[in-house]
Amino acid sequence: MFDFVVGSPINIALILGAVLFVTTMLIWIERRFLGFFSERLGPNRVGPWGSFQSFADVIKLITKEDWTPPFADKPTFIIAPLIVPIAMLLSFAVVPIAPGVGIMDLNIGLLWIMAMAGLAAYSAMLGGLASNNKFALLGGLRAAGQMISYEVFMGISMLGIVILADSFNMRTIVEAQEDQWFIIPQFFGFIVFMVAALAETKRWPFDLAEGESEIISGFNTEYSGMKFGLFFVGEYIGMLLMSVLIPVLFFGGWHAPFGLDLPWPIISGVFWLSVKIGAFVIFFILVRAALVRPRYDQLMNYGWLVMLPLSLVNLLVTGAIVLTQGG
Amino acid sequence: MLQALGKQVHVIWSQIVTLFLVFMHLFKKKDTVEYPDVMPYMFPRWRGRIILTRDPDGEERCVACNLCAVACPVDCIALQKTEDENGRWYPEFFRINFSRCIMCGFCEEACPTHAIQLTPDFEMAEYVRQDMVWEKEHMLINGTGKYHDYNFYKIAGKAIGGKGKGEARSELPPIDRRSLLP
Repeated sequence: MFDFVVGSPINIALILGAVLFVTTMLIWIERRFLGFFSERLGPNRVGPWGSFQSFADVIKLITKEDWTPPFADKPTFIIAPLIVPIAMLLSFAVVPIAPGVGIMDLNIGLLWIMAMAGLAAYSAMLGGLASNNKFALLGGLRAAGQMISYEVFMGISMLGIVILADSFNMRTIVEAQEDQWFIIPQFFGFIVFMVAALAETKRWPFDLAEGESEIISGFNTEYSGMKFGLFFVGEYIGMLLMSVLIPVLFFGGWHAPFGLDLPWPIISGVFWLSVKIGAFVIFFILVRAALVRPRYDQLMNYGWLVMLPLSLVNLLVTGAIVLTQGG
Repeated sequence: MLQALGKQVHVIWSQIVTLFLVFMHLFKKKDTVEYPDVMPYMFPRWRGRIILTRDPDGEERCVACNLCAVACPVDCIALQKTEDENGRWYPEFFRINFSRCIMCGFCEEACPTHAIQLTPDFEMAEYVRQDMVWEKEHMLINGTGKYHDYNFYKIAGKAIGGKGKGEARSELPPIDRRSLLP
């Protein structure tokens, strides 16, 4: 029971605990780094270096009044925020952390993640619709359009990897990167996936669904208390998921760079994957700090006229090369 | 076509430059002053909490002329004039409602005796609103504040106990008008 095989209870407990803990800490990490990027200090008063800020935030969100507006569609209004954290947490089930560490080895791992990302889109849509508020409706519409159109080429950009690894299984994909990370043959796939990941998590600069300066808070305008907290946590789990997926798909997962392996494979795997995840989390925060939000038509134009052709060409070229080489 | 492509490349390049420049801010000195731990330097002319000062002899400077109360744009100053046995005017009570005060410093400018002065103290938060109303005994300090030499009654021509007409600094003795008669 207590040995490290994929899907053992200790694996499940550790991964779930780690994901929830890191997600909570991300609230603080993001605010701290946003502060550093704008030459401030960020929250540093609660606990050592301010690291209890997340827990203070959670306590605040839980003790806040959990108000459901009388004009809202109550069942949908309550279900909507639950969808996004559940879908995002379920996505973590197929993520391989290290050799022998993971929750399940689906042979359709990538499809599972795409499916869960598709489900997460319902959260914002239903939340915006059920709020019965014009700003929430606008936010929900924007979220629906944005997530559906960016899912298209997010999927296509992953297909290049599937061709190279010859599998949808994420563990096989990581194992296929032992000699060469997929960032080199799949550079354009990586670019497209990166942009799509930003849009999928509705993070800056693609936060049009929230768009504070235009439509108050978009789909979660009417949400308060822990219902808002669930959207919030779901967004951070999504950010963490994307920061895990990019290393797993393009940067060799648990494989160490330049042969800098630590002695034990599991510890080495967890360490190197954590380093890569940390780098991408900081990159996501950097993007939030640096880039400005595009207009909605620019977002759509960019998606359909630049990203979709780029991912299709990438897929075609990868397929052609694999065909001519391998036959 | 090529032009459009060039524009796209330029846009993407500018985004990358932005990312790099913002990233470099990580290593710059932070601007934040950690205020309760590190006190900022307050300039002597900062317009903060209002005090009442005494003249170099240790007497109250305020002569209850009401000019500060008149100058006050928010009417937060209230005082009542009274006289001591020497004929010196002084306020019977002097009350400033700091929940109204906007720290404009007009009272300090209006004051003819340098009695009312603004100080660099800015930590004036209270838990009870009534504690924001300060009386004379709260504001009167045992010093001269920013102006050390000024003593109104030593300069003004008004006669008080211990100082008659013509005894003020650089004041001529009063002229006997009858000596001017032809």
